[in-house]
Amino acid sequence: MCDGCGKCVDICPSDIMHIDPEMRRAYNIEPEMCWECYSCVKYCPMHAIDVRSYADFNPLGHTVGVLREPDKGAISWKVRFRDGKTKYFVFPVRTTAEGTIPPAHSLPEPEPASLESQLLSHEPDKLFVGSLPELKRGVKR
Amino acid sequence: MSIRVSGKTQLVDTDILIIGGGFAGCGAAYEAKYWGRKLKVTVVEKANIERSGAVAHGLSAINLYVGMRWNENNPEDFVRYARSDLVGLVREDLLYDIARHVDSTVHLFEEWGLPMIYDEKTGHYKREGRWQIMIHGESYKPIVAEAARRSADEVYNRVMVTHLLTDPANRNRIAGAVGFSVRDGRFYVFRAKAVIVAAGGASHIYRPRSIGEGAGRTWYPPWNNGSAYALVIQTGATMTQLENKLVVTRFKDGYGPVGFYFLALKAVATNVYGEEYEKTKFEDLRKLVGKWADAKPLPTCFRNHIMLQEIKEGRGPIYIHTERVTSTPEAEEAAWEDFLDMTIGQVSMWAANNIDPKEKPSELMTSEPYVMGSHAVGAGAWVSGPADVAPKEYFWGYNRMTTVEGLFGAGDTVGGSPHKFSSGSFTEGRLAGKAAVKYVLDHPDYTPALDQKRVEELRDIVFRPLDNYHVGKNMVVKGSVAPNYIFPNQGLNRLEKLMDEYAGGVSTFYVTNEFLLNRALELLGYLKQDLGSVAAENLHHLQRAWELSHRVTVAEAVVRHTLFRRETRWPGYYYRADYPKIDDDNWFVFTLSRYDPASGDWQMETKPVIRIVE
Repeated sequence: MCDGCGKCVDICPSDIMHIDPEMRRAYNIEPEMCWECYSCVKYCPMHAIDVRSYADFNPLGHTVGVLREPDKGAISWKVRFRDGKTKYFVFPVRTTAEGTIPPAHSLPEPEPASLESQLLSHEPDKLFVGSLPELKRGVKR
Repeated sequence: MSIRVSGKTQLVDTDILIIGGGFAGCGAAYEAKYWGRKLKVTVVEKANIERSGAVAHGLSAINLYVGMRWNENNPEDFVRYARSDLVGLVREDLLYDIARHVDSTVHLFEEWGLPMIYDEKTGHYKREGRWQIMIHGESYKPIVAEAARRSADEVYNRVMVTHLLTDPANRNRIAGAVGFSVRDGRFYVFRAKAVIVAAGGASHIYRPRSIGEGAGRTWYPPWNNGSAYALVIQTGATMTQLENKLVVTRFKDGYGPVGFYFLALKAVATNVYGEEYEKTKFEDLRKLVGKWADAKPLPTCFRNHIMLQEIKEGRGPIYIHTERVTSTPEAEEAAWEDFLDMTIGQVSMWAANNIDPKEKPSELMTSEPYVMGSHAVGAGAWVSGPADVAPKEYFWGYNRMTTVEGLFGAGDTVGGSPHKFSSGSFTEGRLAGKAAVKYVLDHPDYTPALDQKRVEELRDIVFRPLDNYHVGKNMVVKGSVAPNYIFPNQGLNRLEKLMDEYAGGVSTFYVTNEFLLNRALELLGYLKQDLGSVAAENLHHLQRAWELSHRVTVAEAVVRHTLFRRETRWPGYYYRADYPKIDDDNWFVFTLSRYDPASGDWQMETKPVIRIVE
């Protein structure tokens, strides 16, 4: 049951999840601007959001359920067809703990002169080929 | 006194302002902070960067990975591939630049926690196609956003930027931006020494195939409203290739990705009689496009074209035969993940219609046109290339800088550099971020001046839709029909209808001509005037009002560019019926436009396409 926490309001990329001022519960104010990205469903701490998919091309009677658990690094799906057939899937979402990515300024500060070079941060190391490749022009100027 | 939600103005001073927190913006924030340790880096995003932009949903593949470390490809190969897919018209310097750096971006993503999929036989990343690698990408955006959030000095979520500011002493010098908070109605004034526009391309310029409640089911997200272009156009920067609109062939209605089935599983597409129409129709294509028909792989637009011909000749529906290739449990699971990661709506469509792709084929259809610069099209700003490989005609001091000083672009904003997708957009953000730092450090004595008169004028303009509502609503009892205003969705319907019918949308099978385009301009002129009468009942409506305004600016640029290019360079994306062929003698060039903010005039010109790779 929705407790009006506003997590879906905070996450919706389309700004269409709003809290109804009388019911104090969230709802989709503008379904025609919904991409069915399921961000609201995935981030709802109460698992209170059901999706009935687009009315213009989808018959009723199916469901797509999801449980996203970043702390377990996994997402689980249950897909139920109109005819009752059901499929289950679990996929990985992340190999590191949330909040552990080192910020750019935690890396050693680059030499001022390297601002003139074509190298980006972590290069050439992270290219894994030793150095930035040289353009093989092949076209004379 | 005018009616306002809030009287507050917030001034934010920063060195580098990044507009849009999608992949390009996140790359820019990360890289700018890496190089600019003493500079303040600020990101402003109209949604929440945790799930914003075109990758909000997730992705099941990284569509650009060169694989230099395994000798899979080299950057020159990528230039040749993107060039042939765009029928020749690409900025090779920009493409090469992305390709030589993109692998380091992907390796960073893996280190940050993106689950990669490895090929057990080769030990390399598992390839979907020559350039694509498969990932478990449901949390692709949150991972990348975390890196940006932890690097940037400040991130403003739910603030929509409406206009850029230039320096009153030099109108061709960027000074900042203004916008408003969608949550509390505060007016934001950002003063910045350099600005990187990393906002999105545009859906809903053209009437979508989906209708009513389903109108959000566009292939490209409904929240991408073309700020990538509108902000830059209105500042007087030169734009390129805005006519190069994207139409994608996808699973009908759901718009799920076809790459896994076509590229990895080698699924075939047939007409309703089971014929492989790409083979039977190939000679017809050659008659239309000549030597370009020999491009390998066949360009995206040509594949659309052949399918559209088949449908027009009555041999639809077109099917993709998933049931012939989903033979193993691994293939089935990978296929479902492909959709659940990035297009859940496709899964709903299958479940609702009792389509199990392992048992039944699915229909294919082409989408409505989109305006963007990171997929198989290259609309965007005309920017400087990198110092070492850009021809002198394409270089003016700072990589990815537009023709406005201090104004940079990345991702969808940059024109002529298609096929960068998620990894390439992030990489282009990194390139722009580093260049912007160099620009700021090269001008240590410069402090941008704010044009207070202009700021006050913009403050009035930005909130005017709220006034329009509060005044105009007194003319009606209730409802959405009022004599003196239109709501943003009503204006959007008008835009979509006119672009669809006059500028080559789905209802004319993407066909237009000079007369139709001129009529589109006339109707856009009325719509532009009526934008002054758009009403917003609340801040959400105000966001929609400004999204509409940006879309209208983009639409006008699209029409002007389409009118200017008197050929049909990309059959399958759109057709100039009055110039139905590719015209290499006259139009193997970039189209450039510049809107003059002072006079309101548009100037068009062409620039040569300069090759650097054989």
